[in-house]
Amino acid sequence: MSVRERKHQVRDISVRLFRDGKGEKLLFLHGETGLPGWIPFFEALASRFDVLVPEHPGFGLSDNPPWIRNVADLALYYLDLVEALGAEKVHVVGHSLGGWTAAEMATRNCTQFNSLSLISPAGVRVKGLPAGDNFIWSPEETARNLFHDQTLAEQYLARTPSETEVDLQLTNRFAAAKFGWDPRWYSPALERWLHRIKVPTLVIWGRDDKFLPSAYGKVWSERVPGARLDIIAECGHLPHVEKADVTAEKILGFLGGR
Amino acid sequence: MKFTFFHLMPYRPLDLEQRKKHRAAWVVLPNSLYDPKKGADEYQSYIDQLVYAEALGFDVIGVNEHHQTAYGMMPAPNLIASLLIARTKTVKIAILGRALPLVANPINIAEEFAMLDNLSKGRIITGFVRGIGNEYHATGLNPYFSHERYQEAHDLIVAAWTRPGPFAFEGEHYNFRYVNLWPRPYQSPHPPIWIPSMGSSETIRWAAAPERKYPFLVTFSARELVARYLNMYRDQAKEYGYEVSGDQLGWACPVYVADTDARAKAEATAGIETLFNDFLTSPWEMLLPPGYTSLSSMKNTMRMRKALGSRTKRQTIDELMESGTVAVGSPRTVREQIERLRDLTGLNNVITMLQFGVLPDDLTRRNMELFASEVMPRLRR
Repeated sequence: MSVRERKHQVRDISVRLFRDGKGEKLLFLHGETGLPGWIPFFEALASRFDVLVPEHPGFGLSDNPPWIRNVADLALYYLDLVEALGAEKVHVVGHSLGGWTAAEMATRNCTQFNSLSLISPAGVRVKGLPAGDNFIWSPEETARNLFHDQTLAEQYLARTPSETEVDLQLTNRFAAAKFGWDPRWYSPALERWLHRIKVPTLVIWGRDDKFLPSAYGKVWSERVPGARLDIIAECGHLPHVEKADVTAEKILGFLGGR
Repeated sequence: MKFTFFHLMPYRPLDLEQRKKHRAAWVVLPNSLYDPKKGADEYQSYIDQLVYAEALGFDVIGVNEHHQTAYGMMPAPNLIASLLIARTKTVKIAILGRALPLVANPINIAEEFAMLDNLSKGRIITGFVRGIGNEYHATGLNPYFSHERYQEAHDLIVAAWTRPGPFAFEGEHYNFRYVNLWPRPYQSPHPPIWIPSMGSSETIRWAAAPERKYPFLVTFSARELVARYLNMYRDQAKEYGYEVSGDQLGWACPVYVADTDARAKAEATAGIETLFNDFLTSPWEMLLPPGYTSLSSMKNTMRMRKALGSRTKRQTIDELMESGTVAVGSPRTVREQIERLRDLTGLNNVITMLQFGVLPDDLTRRNMELFASEVMPRLRR
């Protein structure tokens, strides 16, 4: 495997970044559970794209600067990061918190976006359909609620994480709270500005998402001009993990079919 | 030595079997389990107990704030304090405390305390807290910013009490063009501020600073920890260049006195064990939301939990007595336990909880009377 892990510097902070593949640039923004490492999903995308997977500031081993206090700050940081990569356009793929961040970026400035793929994105509230309370869930509830396939949840629970992993999970939990606790996993302004996303957009959702209900997908597909909604059956909140092949195929198909 | 009679006002009629079906007696416990007729009687009993404490010679009577829980029925403790002012003459009234980060406008807290201070002609003691972790689930407030908001709200309230108004306050979380308190507090420069805490080095360093010297109260902790935290405060004061006074050091603890050790234990068991296991206990996801403590102390806590294994067993009164988390016994036993902590720390401030968990009114009254007549006098200097 040729994946490279490095520290990537933008402004005065550095973040952890995985990178592999050749082709047009594709930026993946991870969700609130943190950077999953270099997973098969990235490998599949790297077959055709130059895949960049940064760990958000505040998460894991990345710096946690005091000037990033909310998702709007995070989005502007990533616009800085994309500009710093060069004039070339990028495909942006974001999961959950990362999808929210990607959408916030695109509403502000999508001139450097080639396309936008949102996997079970946070960021929009649907009244009467609250997000699952991930901050009150026990570790067991979390695993069970994130996956449709309970054998995956059980495999996850059977593992005893190392001390380092526990520390990283805690760091990620702190960062998740900073971005998503209040208002809970959405920005009141975002929905009002989704019409500004003027790039081809794909929205993917696991039908059995117990954290962010798949019914949210409808709002996204209605508000983002021309967006396509694709629901994956028998899948929870982490389609790129639980249904990595299907999810990668859908995104590659979307990107290839334009 | 100074004695506070402190009340949590738990909802004793709680159906404990129903309680077990929920993750805590907080936030998610359905309020259909609250019966207003029974609750109203609870308020009456508890307020009578607080008023009675003045007649028994306690120096201070105290209340506190918790939200959406059967653990304590005082989401608005100042309402109770206001009632106590009308029904008492000289006893100090402590609100231990208000949870500063939870409010959108801390000036309201400054105003209410100033009103109570005027109404009582200076009998108010205030407490500044952050609320326990569960409160961040109850209010939706982001725990990640809890420390920042606490510091800022504190600075704002003290400034509102002491600086001539109107002035502007420009903070990260709180911004006000006009801060101009009417009424100003009765006590000068302002009512005392006590800091109840589970003990964290950051809080100790901050409370002990020479410009504050806020009395520090360790709550619900084993003797060894109480001694460690109070001595940390003492050492911190030394580092700041002054000698701590015993009045700055406090210990808050459930206390039960009966004529013999055996009788005390028998009568206190249900109250103590329901307090710790049914009313207080919450899963760590609720008790320690992210940011409520610093990342480094959270990492340590998780390591300790891993080492100890997660706790699923109920805590027994024997364990709690053994660790000195509660003081239960004959007048002599309880007196000796307090003396022991005084010898270890030099503390001069004892905050007693003489009603706890499901402890009924008659036992609470006898407990109060025995503590006041058989324990307090010998410990006064």
